[in-house]
Amino acid sequence: MRQIAYQRAGSVDEAVQAAAQPEAAFLAGGTSLVDLMKLEVLNPARVVDVTRLDLSRIEPRADGIRLGATATNSAVAAHPEVKRRFPALSQALLSGASPQLRNVATVAGNLMQRTRCAYYRDLATRCNKRSPGAGCDAIEGWTRMHAILGGSEQCIALHPSDMCVALAALEATIHVRGQRGERDIPFGDFHLLPGDHPEREFALEPGELVTWVFVPATAAAARSRYVKVRDRISYAFALASCATALEVANGRIRVARMALGGVGTKPWRSLEAERMLVGATPRAETFRRAADVALRDARPRRDNAFKVELAKRTMIRALTLSAEGA
Amino acid sequence: MNDNHSDDGLGRREFLVGGAVIVVAACAGSQARREGTGPSAPGEPIEIMLLVNGERRALRVDPRTTLLDLLRENLGLTGTKKGCDMGQCGACTVLADGVRIDSCLALAAQYDGRSITTIEGLIKDGTLHPAQEAFLQEDAFQCGYCTPGQILSCIGFLHEGGGATEMEIREGMSGNICRCGAYPNIVSAVRSLRGRA
Ligand SMILES: Cc1cc2nc3c(=O)[nH]c(=O)nc-3n(C[C@H](O)[C@H](O)[C@H](O)COP(=O)(O)OP(=O)(O)OC[C@H]3O[C@@H](n4cnc5c(N)ncnc54)[C@H](O)[C@@H]3O)c2cc1C
Ligand code: FES
Ligand code: FES
Repeated sequence: MRQIAYQRAGSVDEAVQAAAQPEAAFLAGGTSLVDLMKLEVLNPARVVDVTRLDLSRIEPRADGIRLGATATNSAVAAHPEVKRRFPALSQALLSGASPQLRNVATVAGNLMQRTRCAYYRDLATRCNKRSPGAGCDAIEGWTRMHAILGGSEQCIALHPSDMCVALAALEATIHVRGQRGERDIPFGDFHLLPGDHPEREFALEPGELVTWVFVPATAAAARSRYVKVRDRISYAFALASCATALEVANGRIRVARMALGGVGTKPWRSLEAERMLVGATPRAETFRRAADVALRDARPRRDNAFKVELAKRTMIRALTLSAEGA
Repeated sequence: MNDNHSDDGLGRREFLVGGAVIVVAACAGSQARREGTGPSAPGEPIEIMLLVNGERRALRVDPRTTLLDLLRENLGLTGTKKGCDMGQCGACTVLADGVRIDSCLALAAQYDGRSITTIEGLIKDGTLHPAQEAFLQEDAFQCGYCTPGQILSCIGFLHEGGGATEMEIREGMSGNICRCGAYPNIVSAVRSLRGRA
């Protein structure tokens, strides 16, 4: 690890100011950042500890819930209002990492966790995300754990988060604060596609601090589900996952929201598949057609063609569970 | 955090290693809560104070120091193991204010003012902690390398109010990998504590 300066922010203003210094990074649970600092993949000169800011509250409201940026993944997953009104969020969080990691990992840290692409994590290989313009050894390499949706010729790194898949389907909003004030970012705009600039990962200005995430409450959200398929039953990243939220009235789907994990360069939502579901009867054939549409643009590489069918089946399973509960 | 663990069969005092210590730590923690530290230069050592197994330890450390390295290298407490050093095995599990964490991905500086419990802190007046007894009783280890982490994780799990079925225990203990595969006996050890009246 390179040398760093450590600074603990005493207030949100102080954190935003400290982050304006060159080569500064916010530090929350450290489970993504410290790991990557040890590997010298991320090399901030200064870390600004945000864990003691007054941002850890989980606040239920009539129209949704506000999750403080530093609320831990464990605290959010266990919160009775999250379990009751946003079950997919609790399920997604509990399916991620390990209890020890979830006890320190935070909402904002999870949003901004980096890819687990083995090439990104290995300084001996070429990676456009790590060193822009260097080339990508993944594309022609071992691709079993890489994205089949949203990739570019520069990068096919997979987005690893479970929580983000649930938040994408639940249409959350991310509230941030920077030197120029506060703003809201719709969830779908927060993570960027790699395109020609895989090193640009988030729609944040330098130094902007995530302060909270708002999740709107809906009838569909209250019956949402998260299904995750992985190599072992626990403590593993998703091969494919899916968050779904359906509202069914008079035997027809009235509202449909869904997002896929383990397949995209960002948490993957298919608006087209959602539109297809609306008005249809919730049954296997409907779900299969929607899944075909969601995966239509999939571009598998050498080792991950299996993900196409796996993702479809995962999606059908999640939709079936949501429909049963709806 | 679920603070209700009265149904784990063991009193709070036994599980929250040295109840008094945790109370003191909680106060120290809340004092330090909102307090910031000023900017420093990269590499400049920083002063921190930790309550380790109930003892106040004032230290001057390189800001890069992880909590795991601080325990092992600076304090000589080598009971906490370094398996992977990347959050993937749980050998480095300790309790921070009673909550289980992986110490390898934590910067020591972040735990300034807080209370840390390691395997060395479990024994009280020559008596093993009930979790240590249970691991011995159930023969819940082979080489023993993962064991300190397993025991601290088990205490954290019970404190979180974790369930008692085999699946719940396996899932709750899934953050601790055992290369020797002692899992069946680890599950038995955890269950024996869960079921104790
Ligand atoms: C072994 C292992 C297994 C894992 N398995 C899974 C899994 O199965 N599923 C899954 O979803 N995740 C998994 N994870 C990832 C884990 O969920 C993330 O590491 C964690 O959520 C990151 O949160 P943190 O608070 O520790 O972030 P940190 O590491 O502290 O920070 C991560 C990033 O967020 C930035 N940041 C933090 N807070 C803010 C803020 N308030 N505003 C702006 N930027 C901020 C930091 O600068 C940094 O860039 C795993 C991790 C490990 C190590
Ligand atoms: S040494 Fe910390 S998890 Fe492996
Ligand atoms: S007893 Fe050997 S690693 Fe668990």
